[in-house]
Amino acid sequence: MLRSEQEQLRKNIEQWVEQYGRDRSALLPVLKKVQHDYGHISEYVMQVIADILDIHPVEVHGVVSFYSFLGQRQKGRYVIRLCRTISCDMQGKDRVARQLRNDLGIEFGEMTPDGHFTLEWANCLGMCDEGPAMLVNDRIYTRVTPERIHDILEECRKSFGVYPTPMKEAEPA
Amino acid sequence: MKANPNKLTFASIETNRGLEAALGGERADAIGRVSHSGLKGRGGAGFPTGVKWNLAAAAQSDQKYVVCNADEGEPGTFKDRAILTDYADLVFEGMTIGGYAIGATRGILYLREEYTYLRRRLESVLARRRKEGWLGEGIGKRGDFHFDIEIRMGAGAYICGEETALIESLEGYRGEARNRPPFPVDTGFKNHPTIVNNVETFAWISCIFVKGEDWFKKLGTEKSSGLKLLSVSGDCAQPGVYEVPLGVTVADLLELVGGEDAKAVQIGGASGNCIPASEFERTIAFEDVPTGGSIIVFGPGRDMLTVAKNFMEFFVDESCGQCTPCREGNVKLLEGIEMLEQGTCSMHYLRELCALGETMQLASKCGLGQSSPNAFLSIVEHFKDEIMGRRPEAAAVQGA
Repeated sequence: MLRSEQEQLRKNIEQWVEQYGRDRSALLPVLKKVQHDYGHISEYVMQVIADILDIHPVEVHGVVSFYSFLGQRQKGRYVIRLCRTISCDMQGKDRVARQLRNDLGIEFGEMTPDGHFTLEWANCLGMCDEGPAMLVNDRIYTRVTPERIHDILEECRKSFGVYPTPMKEAEPA
Repeated sequence: MKANPNKLTFASIETNRGLEAALGGERADAIGRVSHSGLKGRGGAGFPTGVKWNLAAAAQSDQKYVVCNADEGEPGTFKDRAILTDYADLVFEGMTIGGYAIGATRGILYLREEYTYLRRRLESVLARRRKEGWLGEGIGKRGDFHFDIEIRMGAGAYICGEETALIESLEGYRGEARNRPPFPVDTGFKNHPTIVNNVETFAWISCIFVKGEDWFKKLGTEKSSGLKLLSVSGDCAQPGVYEVPLGVTVADLLELVGGEDAKAVQIGGASGNCIPASEFERTIAFEDVPTGGSIIVFGPGRDMLTVAKNFMEFFVDESCGQCTPCREGNVKLLEGIEMLEQGTCSMHYLRELCALGETMQLASKCGLGQSSPNAFLSIVEHFKDEIMGRRPEAAAVQGA
């Protein structure tokens, strides 16, 4: 990461801490902001947040590792979360999962090489009467069928470049 | 969303009349009305709401909090999404009544991350309520009551549906359940007295102050008064959100939703109990089969071992890892299910697993771990013939 990018990142975090309150309860909202804007939470970010909030970096790491929507691994521009709990399972989620693997060429937990899609499982999206259900970033899809997968992915692909909240380029490994 | 065949009471409630009624009396009167109604928390634990509010009101502090638990993560539950989508005003109104009753000025709605798409609409409802004078400084005609609500997002952890884990999350910690005592009504968010209630509980509060506590009291049973929203899914003709009086039998509910031929019903989601057809005359009530609202119907062709495996996989994934009985126990139960799938589990070992389940119920730190073996134990108890002595090929065929 370039030094200028590091400085911009630090400025952003400072701003978010001011917005959410300069105490420990700001930690989760700030981490969510970083996850949303940068696609992942790097060790550098954890150090910066710990420094600004005056807590130990280990504490920040513990929080990041605890919540399923936060993580250190880079996520794609679109994160697809397919519900795997019992009601969606009973309504055919396995076939939808197979089609997602087919169309994206990746396993669950992986990101496509172009950085566009990450595939994940979700533990209950609260759409149990309209399953199978799938969350693509903040957008919920219900009664998903294998046939619909292609159209949903194409809809995402068409919007590249006009994503409502632009995501930064992936950080070099 | 399709029209639900069962129209909800919430639809007929005029917004903010309940809040006006509460503000027209003393704080103690408001709590008295809640207590008299017999309302118990609709998230599943069933703690009497009036008792909780009384404890918080009695606590001395310069600041108190009202927290709405919208972390609806129990598998098979979606009633809170329906309430927040269509009746958000009643929820915010109920929170405001709670703030008045206990002497709080701050409210927080903890919305699960999976429901982020609801946030914008909820924020606009809050903005309208501020503009109309139902939130903020000098609420209603009184000049001395101030209350505001903010929305805070979860980050994807089932355990945060437990009230102390939720508070930990709000404070920026891992969502690990706290030791109790002290209870949140004494030492909650940022060590201030805090009430944490379910979305549905707050919505019923608004109704009670409009229709009266006697109206609520006379519905349901003596120990489980009032109406309850149930989220029905699975093998039935009409899944959806249903409003029923507590005390309804499972059989009556199945008739209502078109699931009469069910072989079993999971009541209370992954942490609930599996009720076989022979027990469908049991009632959904706190004194019989309690539930936060999840009803999953299993038709005659469902494989109950696959069902149990799904539940145990859920718990292995969602255990917060803090205590040994839950962290290790759920893995062992899942391994046992895999042995049953392979047809290699002896009756002796199965009994050992059931004993382990009972240990988990006794020794786990919080409600998640204590209830996580429930589904396993009830499915084993009622469906032994179906799950034992399988041939691996049969399991593979069914899985195809």
